[in-house]
Amino acid sequence: MRQYIDKKNTQKKAYYNDRFYKAPQVPKEEVDSDEVFAKDVESLSSKFNLKETYIQRGQLVVYIEAKDIVKVMTFLRDELDYNFLSELSAIDWLAKSGEFEIFYQMLSTSKRKRMRVKYFIKEKQEIQSVMGIYKSADWAEREMYDMFGVKITGHHYMKRILMPDDWHDHPLRKTYPLHGDEEAQWYEIDKIFGKEYRDIIGPEERDSAKIVEKDTHNFARIKHEVPFGAEYSEEPVDTDYQEEDGILIVRKLSKKDVKILKERP
Amino acid sequence: MQKVNRLKPFFENLVFEREDNNMIINFGPQHPSSHGQLRLILELDGELVTRAIPDVGYLHRGMEKMAENMIYNEFLPTTDRMDYIASTSNNYGFALAVEKLIGLEVPRRAQIIRMMLLELSRLTSHLFWIATHALDVGAMTVFLYAFREREYAMDLFEEYCGARLTHSAVRIGGVPLDLPQKWLIHLMKFINDMPEAIETYEGLLDQNRIWKMRLEEVGVITPEMAQSWGCSGPMLRGSGIAWDIRKEEPYELYDEVEFDVPVSDRCDSYGRYKIHMQEMRESLKILKQLIPMYKETSPELMAHAPKYISAPKEQIMTQNYSLMQHFVLVTQGMRPPVGEVYVATESPKGELGFYINSQGDPYPYRLKLRAPSFWHTSILQELLPGQYLADVVTIIGNANIVFGEIDR
Repeated sequence: MRQYIDKKNTQKKAYYNDRFYKAPQVPKEEVDSDEVFAKDVESLSSKFNLKETYIQRGQLVVYIEAKDIVKVMTFLRDELDYNFLSELSAIDWLAKSGEFEIFYQMLSTSKRKRMRVKYFIKEKQEIQSVMGIYKSADWAEREMYDMFGVKITGHHYMKRILMPDDWHDHPLRKTYPLHGDEEAQWYEIDKIFGKEYRDIIGPEERDSAKIVEKDTHNFARIKHEVPFGAEYSEEPVDTDYQEEDGILIVRKLSKKDVKILKERP
Repeated sequence: MQKVNRLKPFFENLVFEREDNNMIINFGPQHPSSHGQLRLILELDGELVTRAIPDVGYLHRGMEKMAENMIYNEFLPTTDRMDYIASTSNNYGFALAVEKLIGLEVPRRAQIIRMMLLELSRLTSHLFWIATHALDVGAMTVFLYAFREREYAMDLFEEYCGARLTHSAVRIGGVPLDLPQKWLIHLMKFINDMPEAIETYEGLLDQNRIWKMRLEEVGVITPEMAQSWGCSGPMLRGSGIAWDIRKEEPYELYDEVEFDVPVSDRCDSYGRYKIHMQEMRESLKILKQLIPMYKETSPELMAHAPKYISAPKEQIMTQNYSLMQHFVLVTQGMRPPVGEVYVATESPKGELGFYINSQGDPYPYRLKLRAPSFWHTSILQELLPGQYLADVVTIIGNANIVFGEIDR
């Protein structure tokens, strides 16, 4: 039986954690420490409800309300001159709080500043598309839907982008299994032969590192290969991979036929 | 008599009978000039494209998911497989993002070696681009010449790190190796030979009637379009917007070297071709300035941060504490502080960004790869309609897209 893993969060865990270790924080600075950002936040907060604002590693982070997103983005583009939407995606916090965190990475070429607009949504909550404001959101939103299953309203072609159309589940969710499940090992046998052949054929071998009796040992040591299970011997064996009277696979080179270049011509 | 556009259908579920003259064709995913696995569904009116739907995902390996389940150093070689034409730029983008998250200072010599590798990979990428693009458009000779020079650049990579395509020569915190003996001499030879080679390509293409006919006024991206679709790199500068991250938000020592940012107002494929050519010259200029800078540096190659970076090999072999640190870092991995960072670098293709959300674990909680080609492919749906079918190949080739980084 496979070892039970928590289906809520399949993310790989560190095998050792110090009880007393407390992870340090990447410092968050006050918005007032940067003139340009201070102005931006001031004009943003006069129109919208900002939940949290800070600067981290030179970039402004603004938490807004989910319903404001289209207005905020329009305001950012038209009034604050953030002319690029570089990236947009989600972060899965479902195991922790049942929420997705959506982030929009913005760039202003005239101010040479980058900022991040963020908000939280519930799992089944739909968000509004910003495709009408930045066309680059088109594929990014499709990818977000594909990877997280975040539903987006107002998008012209809401389809999966990277995964096949008939794919089940959304791969970047933390609940998505990292390996195939127990059913998957029977999939091809059921499809090709039928369920009744399960006992005869056995499950598909899904462990690529498994050693079977047909493998040889020491195959990397030329002239010292031994059959599976046999002891390693110092005596060289003249294993010839060439079939007798067959077509030569490897032509044996003699030193005098070879021209070795000292330097590139 | 049979009417040409009124074929009788043989299959019940297909409708061949159409009111208009339109035809839907499937371009790719296995098409020699689709530069990987690009599938385009094109609606044609005669030879004019009226609608285009790019379809990607044939090379999807789930790199973001892989990143969430690997320690930081483990993920670095995976980034090689994004833009495999210039893999150092990916390695570097990731390493820089992690360094920024931790707040590491990289030694000066490592910075210079990194810049050399970055500019060399920019050259290999641009050489590959001009070779395949010219081949797509029909100029076979350029392909042969450009691949020869690319080979020399790859030789330099091979001499430095042993690998030609997937280098992994940049590590988090610096570089693992110093330059080998005579490497700078070989580099200098390469720098001296290259300008002539670039002139050869330009001599073959610049005034070439076929080349001009196929590139001029083809694939026009207006500045508004470029901004809205999130274009970057040569695609953006080809639309007259002078935005080069090396210049505007300098990382490493790009603020200490002199170089120009070529911009073109033509907005078409020919303008972008000129930019690529000019960028190669600028890269050579940067490389030339780096050689004397390298000679003035002290020999440290990796940052000193025992919590995150292993000590040098000699120290690990001689000092117990360094060995213990190294063991912990290899088995458990470094644990960057809690926080998030988005770092953009100018890869040969455009803005390559890494967004990392760390929760203080050895594994990133979320890692988003912002690959320029992804955004340059999405623009095809607006760029292709109105163009002729033959120009589709020009536009795809000109956009310099690589599927390793689109599908990730």
